[in-house]
Amino acid sequence: MTATVPATGRQFDLGPLSQIPAGEGRAFAVDGQQVAVFHLRTGKVHAVSAVCPHKGGPLADGQIDGAVVVCPLHLNAFELATGCSRNGLPSLRSYPVEITDSGDVVVTV
Amino acid sequence: MTGTVPDVVLDDEDFETRRRLVVIGNGMAGARAVEEILQRGGAEQFTVTMFGDEPYGNYNRIMLSHVLSGEETDADIFLNSIAWYEENDITLHAGVRATRVDRFSKIVYAQSTVDGTTYESPYDVLIIATGSRSFMPSIEGLRMDDGSLKPGVFAFRTIDDTRGMVEYAEHDDHRRAVVIGGGLLGLEAARGLQAYGLQVDVVHAGSHLMNAQIGPAGGDILRKSVEELGIEVHLKARTTAIMGDEKVQGVYLLDHPLLECDMVVVAAGIRPNIDLAVTSGFTVERAIVVDDQMRTVDDPDVYAVGECVQHRGEVYGLVQPLWEQAAVLADHLTGTDPTAAYHGSRTATKLKVAGVDVAAMGVQGPERDTDEVIVFSEPKRGVYKSLIIRDEKLIGATMLGDTSKVAFLIQAFDQGLPLPEERLEMLFNLGTPAEEVGIAELADDAQVCNCNGVSKGALVACVESGVKSVAGVMEKTRAGKGCGSCKNMVCQVVEWAAGGAVQEDPSANWYVPGIPMDKPELMKAILDQQLRSVSSVFAALAPEGAEDAKSKMGLASLLKMMWADDYIDEKDAKFINDRVHANIQKDGTFSVVPQMKGGVTTPDQLRRIADVADKYDVKLVKVTGGQRIDLLGIRKEDLPKVWADLDMPSGYAYGKSFRTVKTCVGQEFCRFGTGDSTQLGIDLESRYQGLESPAKMKLAVSGCPRNCAESLVKDVGIVAIEGGRWEIYIGGAAGAHIRKGDLLATVDDPETANLLTGRFMQYYRENAKWLERTYAFVPRVGLDFLREVIVEDSLGIAADLDARMQQAVDAYKDPWKEGAAPATPGQFRTSLPLEVLPKVGVRA
Ligand SMILES: Cc1cc2nc3c(=O)[nH]c(=O)nc-3n(C[C@H](O)[C@H](O)[C@H](O)COP(=O)(O)OP(=O)(O)OC[C@H]3O[C@@H](n4cnc5c(N)ncnc54)[C@H](O)[C@@H]3O)c2cc1C
Ligand code: SF4
Ligand code: FES
Repeated sequence: MTATVPATGRQFDLGPLSQIPAGEGRAFAVDGQQVAVFHLRTGKVHAVSAVCPHKGGPLADGQIDGAVVVCPLHLNAFELATGCSRNGLPSLRSYPVEITDSGDVVVTV
Repeated sequence: MTGTVPDVVLDDEDFETRRRLVVIGNGMAGARAVEEILQRGGAEQFTVTMFGDEPYGNYNRIMLSHVLSGEETDADIFLNSIAWYEENDITLHAGVRATRVDRFSKIVYAQSTVDGTTYESPYDVLIIATGSRSFMPSIEGLRMDDGSLKPGVFAFRTIDDTRGMVEYAEHDDHRRAVVIGGGLLGLEAARGLQAYGLQVDVVHAGSHLMNAQIGPAGGDILRKSVEELGIEVHLKARTTAIMGDEKVQGVYLLDHPLLECDMVVVAAGIRPNIDLAVTSGFTVERAIVVDDQMRTVDDPDVYAVGECVQHRGEVYGLVQPLWEQAAVLADHLTGTDPTAAYHGSRTATKLKVAGVDVAAMGVQGPERDTDEVIVFSEPKRGVYKSLIIRDEKLIGATMLGDTSKVAFLIQAFDQGLPLPEERLEMLFNLGTPAEEVGIAELADDAQVCNCNGVSKGALVACVESGVKSVAGVMEKTRAGKGCGSCKNMVCQVVEWAAGGAVQEDPSANWYVPGIPMDKPELMKAILDQQLRSVSSVFAALAPEGAEDAKSKMGLASLLKMMWADDYIDEKDAKFINDRVHANIQKDGTFSVVPQMKGGVTTPDQLRRIADVADKYDVKLVKVTGGQRIDLLGIRKEDLPKVWADLDMPSGYAYGKSFRTVKTCVGQEFCRFGTGDSTQLGIDLESRYQGLESPAKMKLAVSGCPRNCAESLVKDVGIVAIEGGRWEIYIGGAAGAHIRKGDLLATVDDPETANLLTGRFMQYYRENAKWLERTYAFVPRVGLDFLREVIVEDSLGIAADLDARMQQAVDAYKDPWKEGAAPATPGQFRTSLPLEVLPKVGVRA
């Protein structure tokens, strides 16, 4: 693995990016936390907490564009890069995520 | 940690020439006063600091009723977000409570309700806008030993109260709620709580409901209407004690049997928040006494607005007076209009309970021998109307069950408009349009939006300033953004003021928000450029090629409609329901509805359904309104197995698509039936199953005009009539919106009925806006026009419509076949990996 280890947090290899179709998200249980990883059509990857702070909606089932994920339950939007809510709700936690040379998704929790 | 934070931290304090304005209370009046001041250029005269003990920006308190009933989310009711304060350079201390005002050194002392930090804020001008709080009568057992409310007891005033109630009401073990108080707030609370499946009782000390606003005769009828909603009403019932040691278990009533319950909401009136003013030495009677400039009588630099104010002996409990107060205060403080003076308000009240319309204003009954009284009462329909007229002026009115004339009455009451000779015209629309008060005759200061206090004049001024679209005016003035009941009138005023030059808000016509084109334009561009996937539409047509999440679903549906088989199906363009062919539920599980054409099933299918329900631990098996069987609480990962075991096609209960055809038994068995409604229903469903459309389409076929399948309130409804003929109705609805369908045609045989149904649906698919149901589409396009196009083929497009419909029908594939070979990796993988599912209730 080539990812450099940041000062804080532990890294987890979630396996190949190919398990997340472009434009969609998938949820992973990482070290006791639920993390939604989104694979943008541009190739970019973002990771945020998987449970909507509004009423617990499954964010990995939401729809995304270049900037936000829209929760499937009540359509509140959260920024993918920062986790900030666009509707005055609490923020999502956002996790650093990168793709290794071998194409694996690595999240720092 | 406790420390004192001095408030003035401007680096260039020495150069600051603006006066320091401090506002205590960040509710509807406080924030409105500041907005009005800023609008009058106040930012150049004042630096603004606000204290609010609720830890939020400012929200529309009156909408809490809708938040409780689930019609709005709490995020939707914010009027001023935290960002608004930053943008306007206002120092907001949210979650900080002002404790004392030192009038002599002109300092406000305050303390954080979160961490105890204390603040001192010097002022030149002070506004007190502390509003009211719920009155909590002294009932035994209301509080715990430490003074906190007993778990299960709620007030109804703040967003936190409301959230607390929702959470408590959602609890599975909680089944019954008692609301103490049968006034406006109590009834709204009771109706809201019903949304959580609770049984709700209203306990009211008075002898009729809403006794502060309406008289006994109206109160009796109101009671019936409320009871029809399933809310039990107990009158002349005084609550003596609340049962339960750890939490609420019931209430004791004087002279009434005990009511067991799990929760109690106290809506027994409000009391102005005056403690701060009393402690700081202001003159307080029932509330803080102010003069016509909203100035306290004690101190020329201290003002007060809102519910904490007593003006000429009156204390108000509605928003309209405080809008008027805030405007006067701002005129006066900024010097915009030094003569501005508040003379009091004439208020009208409306009950915000769906299904029970109540509006009341002024006196409840005659007070003098010469007062003219007009009463109409029709208890059976829940209708009651009364007017009190004195010297040709309306001084009181009550409207129950039918509030169609309320807009006029409010204007007449508020401004003393001349009244029509024929008094009945004030009660009913008699079809004499000449007597309707036209928009043109409305006075400039007539209030159009009573929630946000917007007058006709303000709307006109906004239009004259160049905003010529209805949406633009609503955005700018906030008219129509409260309870929404005035939207129609706002449209009319804007149309009138713009003199026919109303611009449609450009984006209002876009098919989806992310692509600046209306539907015909968009469809043409898609065809011209041969765009067959959602991503290619964004790349070619969106500004800077940017994807937009909220546009994807509409585009996916449109492309599928246009290209049928040639459409490139990108899963990420679809809403989760369409990705996994099931309907997502509140806990992230799904519901599965197998196809059951015309609502007809077989013992074999029922056996399979029962086996599946057992095997996959289905939490609720429910017969739906569309005559289907719904299996709820299925895990996403189980969906393919469930479909395989059911071995039935998808019933499409999840999409913006053709849904179900409800049928009655019809001719075959029913002794009244004149047509084979069941067969036609099955034929329709076989042909149009799964068709995507701008919004869902629910159909019905009834075997005779007794109409047991409710055909008159369906998107397309068919009724067999005597003589083997069939009537086709379109544009009906019976959901959030109720509309009786319009008769499109009467035809001689079921084949023609089927053909016209398809042709209408194709025309709708091609021409309706995204999410526009037929009940909006049909009146928008016009029944006569539709009849010409679809039945008479005046445009000569009928054959094309039929052909395109056939193409769509031919392209049908049962989506549940995807279960055998998932379309994408992890298509059916759980999205809440650690959650113990399902969380929704189990019903035995
Ligand atoms: C559920 C509900 C439904 C309603 N429906 C309607 C309706 O349909 N129509 C209608 O006209 N009216 C309605 N009302 C009434 C309306 O909301 C009030 O008239 C209005 O909010 C009063 O505004 P205000 O600013 O005076 O008080 P508030 O909006 O209560 O604002 C006062 C604010 O000051 C804060 N505060 C108090 N003391 C201090 C302190 N010492 N330091 C710092 N902050 C302090 C409070 O926390 C509060 O945030 C409804 C009210 C409720 C609760
Ligand atoms: S609508 Fe007419 S035919 Fe159908 S079940 Fe009712 S009575 Fe019988
Ligand atoms: S749960 Fe996510 S928006 Fe409501």
